[in-house]
Amino acid sequence: MSFDVVAQQPKLLYLLQGVAAFAAVVSLILLALHRGPVRRRAAALLLLAPALLLLTAGLVLPGLRTVMLSFTGGGGDAWAGFANYVWVVTDPRALVALRNTLVWVVLVPLTATSVGLLYAAAVARSRFRTLALSLVLAPMAISFVGAGVVWKFVYAFRPAEAGQIGLLNQLVVTFGGEPRQWLVDSPWNVLFLVVAMVWAQAGFAAVLLAGAIRAVPGELTEAARLDGASPRQIFRRIILPSIRPTLLVVLLAQAIGTFKAFDIVKTMTGGQFDTGVIAHEMYDQAFRYGETGRGAALAVLLFVLVTPFVAHQVRAQRRAG
Amino acid sequence: MRSGARLALAVITLAALVTACGVPQDSGAPTRTAADCGPYARYGEHPGTEVTVYAENRDREADLFEETWADFADCTGIDVRYEGDGEFEAQIQLRVDGGSAPDVAFFPQPGLLERFARAGKLKPASAGVVALAEQGWSDDWNSYATVDGTLYGTPLVANVKSFVWYSPKFFRDRGLEVPRTWSELMAVTEKVAASGVKPWCAGIESAQATGWPVTDWIEDVLLRQQGTGVYDRWVAHEIPFNDPRVIKAMDTVGSVLKNDRYANGGFGPARSMASISFQEAGTPILTGDCAMHRQASFYADLWPKGTEIGPDKDVFAFLLPGADPATRPVLGGGVFTAAFADRPEVRAFQEYLASADFATARMKKGSFVSANKGVDPEDAATPVDRLSIRLLQDPNTELRFDGSDLMPASVGAGTFWKGAVDWIGGASTRQVADSVERSWPSR
Repeated sequence: MSFDVVAQQPKLLYLLQGVAAFAAVVSLILLALHRGPVRRRAAALLLLAPALLLLTAGLVLPGLRTVMLSFTGGGGDAWAGFANYVWVVTDPRALVALRNTLVWVVLVPLTATSVGLLYAAAVARSRFRTLALSLVLAPMAISFVGAGVVWKFVYAFRPAEAGQIGLLNQLVVTFGGEPRQWLVDSPWNVLFLVVAMVWAQAGFAAVLLAGAIRAVPGELTEAARLDGASPRQIFRRIILPSIRPTLLVVLLAQAIGTFKAFDIVKTMTGGQFDTGVIAHEMYDQAFRYGETGRGAALAVLLFVLVTPFVAHQVRAQRRAG
Repeated sequence: MRSGARLALAVITLAALVTACGVPQDSGAPTRTAADCGPYARYGEHPGTEVTVYAENRDREADLFEETWADFADCTGIDVRYEGDGEFEAQIQLRVDGGSAPDVAFFPQPGLLERFARAGKLKPASAGVVALAEQGWSDDWNSYATVDGTLYGTPLVANVKSFVWYSPKFFRDRGLEVPRTWSELMAVTEKVAASGVKPWCAGIESAQATGWPVTDWIEDVLLRQQGTGVYDRWVAHEIPFNDPRVIKAMDTVGSVLKNDRYANGGFGPARSMASISFQEAGTPILTGDCAMHRQASFYADLWPKGTEIGPDKDVFAFLLPGADPATRPVLGGGVFTAAFADRPEVRAFQEYLASADFATARMKKGSFVSANKGVDPEDAATPVDRLSIRLLQDPNTELRFDGSDLMPASVGAGTFWKGAVDWIGGASTRQVADSVERSWPSR
């Protein structure tokens, strides 16, 4: 498709209008602040007003609407009371999604951060540090959808007599085993999805932690070495305590990201074979099945679950800053 | 340095000029003074208008649609903008809620169409479409696009689902006859299995929709064992999902699909079905690694390039038999048009899609089946398409629509599909039927 300037003109016009409106609002605010004496609090409020307005329109109101929808039936009209929440905690399918989300949230941050930490510790002082870090960061450049497709191929199943197209089953066959349907056999398939997520996430942890490890003062480790500490002791007694704040931030960020995991499940199994997670189940209910109320209830649940993590993250950052 | 910079600037300018010349100036419909605009005169002229179409068909199928209505677009001046999306079923809801509904959508499930009709989002069909619908389709077909007595559109595509694909050569070499009854079918199955070849190919992987080929099997067998009356009541949930008659149909299907001696040919034990896509599942027929693949008429399009279809060619299909060769109900599926806008050009386009001319033009371009009474089966691209159209046009055919497409989406596209996958994976019939029954929305 070629880009046709004439056909795009209305959009360009909207863009111009938007920019003009933005400029107008900003100058109005500045003008108001300039005029006469304004109390500091009022000034702050005035400066914050546009952001608050957008936040209300884009976040608070939709959030409230979702909460309301979670008390209505499928079409979003009839009042359903707590039926959707009862469904969330009784329906086998929803319970599987809850169970899987729990597994994900426990396993992904811990594994991704551990893998990232080991990798970072190994390469932090190496000469090939940049190369090594960009290698482990590469999966992050791929979207989760891409990662899902890649790993779907890794787990692909073909019978023993046919040629394997999946890496993992090829390995199994090479060592004389029977090919398995990795993504089908529940409950282990959840772990294979977790591996894909860890693969996509570990680089993020490695890069942040490598930075933190390098920031540990050299004199400290030097002194420890002179005192006769082994590398393992240095790592456990000096490096780990020094990078604790970063470690915590990385863990929390991974946990928050894991709650929202959707793309990997969708591309690899479509939530079939008991691999659904809350975010994916929410999408299925709300958009594929027209069960808006149940979808909204799951969204509210997700929000509630993620809140303590976000709160802790904010507090940790404030303490660090 | 400076001369270098100047040179670079000159090159860039030149390149810009050249590419600017290369950009097509006219993005609208090419003006064509075709002599063949006669057939399109009845749709009027709508120069400078645009109709957006949203559907799930992409790639080749989308191209074929666009080629088919190209003349219509040229002659009426309507710019038909087609968009295909593999996530149609989920995205259409977002598009409509977000205020950017397409003018025309092709609904693959009557249940989905009904949802939007009940929400008041769809526009009732114009008088022209209603007239064409009455003339072109049986009452049954029109009823699927009718909600509370109002018609919203017409069937665009029809599928006959009750086919069993096979290799005529494989059958000939082993002295097998095309079965006419269920017991003959089982005899053929056993004979092939005894010779060391798994008789049935049956991959059911289809991304989010994994499992649907199994639900088709169950529907087809229920229809054959209990007749249309029980089937209709089951689909409408007037009898429970786990009614003993349904359990019986499931167990019959299970005796084939859950039997490691019978399935899944070319790919391993019955459980391997969940990992093998339904598209590639039938291909072992070509290499003699399985004998039969129960799959819809549209499977004609999924054979590898160069596969010939016919009674004495590489592959052919017979209707899934029932107890009695005289009466064989047919399970069908289809895609329906419906409009979210009520402008003259949208009406004109929907009328064109409802015409036998459109179906005929599309059939001439490749495998396609329409249930329109006005199409000539001889125009069909493959013998199986021809057979399908004859079946659809035959007033004696007892056609029933794919039940899972008519059930509430959370069952038909949710728990039923999932249950089918669990069932193939080893869950008992009773367990699966009970859990689907429990999942039925109470509204």
